[in-house]
Amino acid sequence: MARVLVGVKRVVDYAVKIRVKPDKSGVVTDGVKHSMNPFDEIAVEEAIRLKEKKFASEVVAVTCGPTQNQETLRTALAMGADRGIHVEIPAADYPKVGPLHVSKILAKLAQKEEAGLIIVGKQAIDDDCNQTAQMTASFLDWPQGTFASELKLEGDKLTVVREIDGGLETIELKMPAVVSADLRLNEPRYATLPNIMKAKKKKVDKLSPSDLGVEIATNIEVLEVSDPPVRDAGMKVENTEELISKLKEAGLV
Amino acid sequence: QSTLVIAEQSDDALTPITLNAVTAASQIGGEVSCLLAGANCSKATEELQKVKGVSKVIVAEGPGYQGLMPEALAPLITGLQEQSKFSHILIGASAFGKSLLPRVAAKFDIEPISDIIGIKSADTFVRTIYAGNAIQTVKSNANVKLVTVRETAFEAAETTRGSATVEKAPDCEGSTSSTWVSQELSKSDRPELTAARVVISGGRGMKNGENFSLLYDLADKLNAAVGASRAAVDAGFVPNDMQVGQTGKIVAPELYVAVGISGAIQHLAGMKDSKTIVAINKDPEAPIFQVSDFGLVEDLFKAVPEMTKALN
Repeated sequence: MARVLVGVKRVVDYAVKIRVKPDKSGVVTDGVKHSMNPFDEIAVEEAIRLKEKKFASEVVAVTCGPTQNQETLRTALAMGADRGIHVEIPAADYPKVGPLHVSKILAKLAQKEEAGLIIVGKQAIDDDCNQTAQMTASFLDWPQGTFASELKLEGDKLTVVREIDGGLETIELKMPAVVSADLRLNEPRYATLPNIMKAKKKKVDKLSPSDLGVEIATNIEVLEVSDPPVRDAGMKVENTEELISKLKEAGLV
Repeated sequence: QSTLVIAEQSDDALTPITLNAVTAASQIGGEVSCLLAGANCSKATEELQKVKGVSKVIVAEGPGYQGLMPEALAPLITGLQEQSKFSHILIGASAFGKSLLPRVAAKFDIEPISDIIGIKSADTFVRTIYAGNAIQTVKSNANVKLVTVRETAFEAAETTRGSATVEKAPDCEGSTSSTWVSQELSKSDRPELTAARVVISGGRGMKNGENFSLLYDLADKLNAAVGASRAAVDAGFVPNDMQVGQTGKIVAPELYVAVGISGAIQHLAGMKDSKTIVAINKDPEAPIFQVSDFGLVEDLFKAVPEMTKALN
């Protein structure tokens, strides 16, 4: 039975309206509601289900970021992860951290923890990078199952159904492997109050990237973050007749 | 400056997104080579040779490339890069490109740049973050820039005027840790979402999957593709490959008709570059009306059949 690592990222909550900072250095994140990246919730849920089905021995949730990331970790523990690892990165350094660094950290932890499977969300809803699973698999030289909508584990064979353009694809991976969770893999559970209480007692280890031999250096410079161009609202039409005549005028139908 | 574009093919035919990636490569300047891998490559090679702007097609053909698995392709690309030292490696931001490029980038210890919508200069790229709610301009100081290209942000390169040379890729032993088993593509007589001139999408307002037949009827009149919002996918009305949005497909057709879609930001990110947007929603306050060219406040169950009938 495999130990499963799940990566959880703390991001601005999906319901928050994003505001770009006036100096164009980024978006406003101070005093804004944060929560677990929704795709990572799916990853956590899948790991817990693997344990419930006795395919996994232990579920370890990992997060990289400042002190506040503990909340994200506690959410994962309240959902059912067994323990947590917080790779603490000071807030001042955090803007430099990208999927490359997180992947290196996850790869090192996978070796340290002798994990057999890593599951992360397919992308984070803040930077929309969609890279972490692929890069983690690459660092470990493990196979990858990205955009997974179904997992089936038999011995050391992991069958992954993937969401691809225009349909689904089925692949087989030799464990150990890395998987990224897509929308339809499962529906994440809510943490119940007793489980939230229990989660407070679960073990959380704290590490720094340098404890794992990972250096936070970046070759990417963000030059500017700006508002997207505004699309002007057009006109309201009264009925379908008017709509169709407008579309005909424009040569669209 | 020299760019390698990793071509995508399915069933020995070039996937259209490759043409958009070639255009992006041409904007960077310098020589453009394409790598084409697959179990069979003869037809796609011919197609690729004629693409304007491509000077060389490097072909890696063999049973090991069946299913275009990233585990098999990544070592091929790193080997080619060590030999040829391209300044840029580009690939379309499709499921294939998104899966493969970060795996290659990690081998070089380089941060790739995902899903670009613009090129400012050879090292500076524009992309969206927060589901299109902010636009980020990033500069890469890496010695090779690894970039995935958003299909709808670049025109397709011409497919007739090129005359590229063809050469064989160096032999390479890929990993056998993954095996392609099968593909199930949704069969449809309608055009592909990302290629259609007209797209009609349904949201949570459709109430259930059966009601999407109203949209199919209208789509048949307009030769349109049918999409859906993430809310409709989450509710189980339709499969995820119909999802239009930041976490699904990005479309930019001539005409986009949003039916029963409120206009969540994640959906807008996937369609707001459409030339003309029509919104049909019974809620006059729905945010979709803020981006639509023509808004109709009406019950979709009345409006859509009326439109289908009127177009008879």
